[in-house]
Amino acid sequence: MHIMEGYLPASHALAWGAISAPFVIYGARRITHLVREKPEVKLLLGASGAFVFVLSALKIPSVTGSCSHPTGTGLSSVLFGPTVTAVLGTIVLLFQALLLAHGGLTTLGANVFSMAIVGPFVAYFLYRGIMRAGLGLSIAVFFAACFGDLATYITTALQLAIAFPDPVGGVSGAAAKFLGVFAFTQIPLAISEGLLTVVVVNLLQKYSRRELSLLNILSPKAA
Amino acid sequence: MNKNIVMLLAVVALAILPLVIHHGGDAEFGGADGQAEALITEIQPDYQPWFNSIWEPPSGEIESLLFALQAALGAGLVGFYFGRRSAAPKNAEPAPRTMAEHAQH
Repeated sequence: MHIMEGYLPASHALAWGAISAPFVIYGARRITHLVREKPEVKLLLGASGAFVFVLSALKIPSVTGSCSHPTGTGLSSVLFGPTVTAVLGTIVLLFQALLLAHGGLTTLGANVFSMAIVGPFVAYFLYRGIMRAGLGLSIAVFFAACFGDLATYITTALQLAIAFPDPVGGVSGAAAKFLGVFAFTQIPLAISEGLLTVVVVNLLQKYSRRELSLLNILSPKAA
Repeated sequence: MNKNIVMLLAVVALAILPLVIHHGGDAEFGGADGQAEALITEIQPDYQPWFNSIWEPPSGEIESLLFALQAALGAGLVGFYFGRRSAAPKNAEPAPRTMAEHAQH
């Protein structure tokens, strides 16, 4: 999902930056509040950011014969919400842009939008919806992480299609091509991300019930 | 706990399966990001990236070093977190069982 440095026209790069910035700024304020009001969850916040670090570093082969990586943003979206995750994702994307030449500074806004905003929001609302439907925490976490991951890659494909419309098929023609690169490759990886996130939440249910109840993941009564 | 092991094995299987399917070298397993870059050039052959990375890892080895470092830092902190939490339950107040756990017993 990393759009490479310089591979978006300047106007697009600026627009995505302007769209993404408010989410990240709001998220940073949420983190300040969170750390002040619930200092007990600081370490879990760090661990959730670390989870994004690990998963987005792993390039995994897919059935399409190419490699891609999970995003790892589902966990903190469920635990801390999408805007806090926007900040964590931005840190990871900055690290990769500066040290790994993966993604870039000019494409940071677009990459933040797909990985640190759209994915986390999809994950968060799916989680809330499935919990409200009463299907249980594991199912909610699985679908949240899995479809958050997919949504990120679909967003990248659409961003590229808008920037590089196909001379014949236009934006939709280009979207089909870019989705062909990203979407199918990502399906098994999204499933893996869903499973790994459920494993972590299972461990949290075993060892971190107090934090989960502070974050209203478990009802205070249950913790 | 068993459920977790089953899920982890499923993740490993999902990563190995593509290598088995494409056994024999009919796939290059290149990065999807790179394929998208190639597709941009195909759609708009005259597009010139207008900005270059400030710094690029000078070799594949150094790039993989930094990716390994990224994963190690992340895994280290996640491991540290669960190490602390799993060692500490005796210090925290005991967690009463949930309804679901009661029902199982």
